[in-house]
Amino acid sequence: MLEIKNLHATIDDHEILKGIDMIVKPGEVHSIMGPNGSGKSTLASVLAGNEQYEVTEGEVLFNGQDLLAMPPEVRAWAGVFLAFQYPIEIPGVSTTYFLKAAINAMRKSKGQPEIDANEFLNLAREKMKLVDLDDKLMTRAINEGFSGGEKKRNEVFQMAMLEPKLGILDETDSGLDIDALKIVANGVNKLRGKDRSFIVVTHYQRLLNYIVPDFVHVLMDGRIVRSGGKELAHELERTAMRAS
Amino acid sequence: MSSASTDTLNKWASQEYKYGFVTDIEADAAPKGLNEDIVRFISAKKEEPQWLLDWRLKAYRHWLTMEEPTWANLKYPKIDYQEIIYYSAPKQQKDRPKSLDEVDPRLLETYEKLGIPLNERAALAGVAVDVVFDSVSVGTTFKAKLGELGIVFCSFAEAVHNHPELVQKYLGSVVPITDNFFATLNSAVFSDGSFVYIPKGVKCPMDLSTYFRINAENTGQFERTLIIAEEGASVSYLEGCTAPIRDENQLHAAVVELVALDDASIKYSTIQNWYPGDENGKGGIYNFVTKRGKCLGKRSHISWTQVETGSAITWKYPSCILLGDDSVGEFYSVALASRRQQADTGTKMIHIGKNTKSYIISKGISAQHGQNTYRGGVKINKGADNARNFTQCDSMLIGSECGAHTFPYIEVKNSTAHMEHEATTSKIGEDQLFYCNQRGIPTEEAVGLIVNGFCKEVFRELPMEFAVEAQKLLEVSLEGSVG
Repeated sequence: MLEIKNLHATIDDHEILKGIDMIVKPGEVHSIMGPNGSGKSTLASVLAGNEQYEVTEGEVLFNGQDLLAMPPEVRAWAGVFLAFQYPIEIPGVSTTYFLKAAINAMRKSKGQPEIDANEFLNLAREKMKLVDLDDKLMTRAINEGFSGGEKKRNEVFQMAMLEPKLGILDETDSGLDIDALKIVANGVNKLRGKDRSFIVVTHYQRLLNYIVPDFVHVLMDGRIVRSGGKELAHELERTAMRAS
Repeated sequence: MSSASTDTLNKWASQEYKYGFVTDIEADAAPKGLNEDIVRFISAKKEEPQWLLDWRLKAYRHWLTMEEPTWANLKYPKIDYQEIIYYSAPKQQKDRPKSLDEVDPRLLETYEKLGIPLNERAALAGVAVDVVFDSVSVGTTFKAKLGELGIVFCSFAEAVHNHPELVQKYLGSVVPITDNFFATLNSAVFSDGSFVYIPKGVKCPMDLSTYFRINAENTGQFERTLIIAEEGASVSYLEGCTAPIRDENQLHAAVVELVALDDASIKYSTIQNWYPGDENGKGGIYNFVTKRGKCLGKRSHISWTQVETGSAITWKYPSCILLGDDSVGEFYSVALASRRQQADTGTKMIHIGKNTKSYIISKGISAQHGQNTYRGGVKINKGADNARNFTQCDSMLIGSECGAHTFPYIEVKNSTAHMEHEATTSKIGEDQLFYCNQRGIPTEEAVGLIVNGFCKEVFRELPMEFAVEAQKLLEVSLEGSVG
């Protein structure tokens, strides 16, 4: 599904990613761990097509297609979804309106007609339950005045609505208490399937108790220094505790 | 802005103004220039009574003593008032058509292109349309239906003939003939416009709508509108317009007067989409408008909502004089300045009565080389006990070569007044665009989404269909002018 080869990326001429190699197969959940500044969020942003970063070397194939050649919206149409670490506020634009625009843009790219209002509403109601989201949020301007937990749940809700092939979660656990964390993780788990893969970027092992990964990669200074199964996360946690 | 989004934005910038076409109808026009004879010519053309001619002449003589104002934050070449044609009308004004069948088919074609629902669509939409083509009204619909309720909705010229006592009583009562350079000019040479009278206790059952369209080359457009709502009456009035491409700058100086008596309410909504000029600012409309409402009665209510996307120059301050106790004035505005457009717009709220309230919500959007100025005046007079004002003034910048300016003037002479003022300036963020893109929304659509969100507080004040139109218009205008 996703093949990253020797990926290098810079921001303002600082090299952040210094040669990433990674293969994600359909249905797999990969976790990227590592200290602050190691390049975890940069990797997530580069995959989603954030133009603040410049890719200087390497290749990324998404279902055989050159992902890096696609503008961000085309990546979204192809099935790449990024749950933002800091979801963006758009004043005056309700979550409903925003999501409808997103779904219709996706549909348009596939030559399908716009979503029917009732169909949208039913779908939204069903998916909101996944993350226990209050439907009052639907009519409020997206992310504006949302609590940290609401923002993160809203991201997972959007992911559920857009049904991507690859979900990238960028520190979706940060700033969440344990109850909110469980709700978010539970929502993600329900979206897991044999055709849907996930890259879970996190600073803490805690999230991985609830979203159990197939693979864990440790990122240090722009390079993957270790890869392994889920037990690697626990090992890292113990090492980190000893070090602190 | 990133290179991809800049590319998209530039692509729109090269799109042409969608409503640029000229109808070929022979105009019956006055010679160029302005003097007393021209004023007499206009008055004679319209077969006006002596008092109105005298009124025009008085205005003209006063205008000669006035100077064009220069305080606005606008730059434009000096206007030669002797180079302007002050009157032009479609030929058929003498035998005005009784139905659509009698209207010049080319005229109908023009309306068709503009998507104006003059026929049955208008009825379905619940809108009565009084179309002003150039300077003379050529079609008024639903008059009979409104007539049953005693509502008068007709061209200004008709009102002069059929309701002279009302016109004489209220004309110039809100904007006196000595008011300002452009209003005084209008008073001397106004050609036609709309007249609305809502009798005591009547709620007008439909939105009244007029579409303006400037047509003949070199013709100044001097509309005059007067709306009177008697005790307990209410009305919602819509005004919208487009114009064809021109090389010369066209002067437009309209005057709108609103009068609301006890417990009356007037809601006046405008969509202004005149030709803004090309990328170099050539050929756009100069729009110098005086709009003012007088809350004459107790608990009266006047609300202005405007969406200003067109014109090369906009000089416009729809205002409220809050004379009656407990009266309310509102101003909701979206002003877009892109290409080389310059807008200096805002409102004045004059609190005279007790417990008067005013609300001002202004949204200015600047793009490309556009310059957008908000100019607001809130005045609380000595006797205006417990007056309240709330002002919110937000600016959005798209790109780095445009400008936003804010000049709020506040004058309080009564210590019981309660004033609030909020102002923000923001840029469409790269992060907002990326967030939309990541959800599959392409950049051009994302800009429309973000801008419409920014303007939401104003759009929700518009009547439903007008709001949809305004939203589309803003998107189209951004397509043509954001870069």
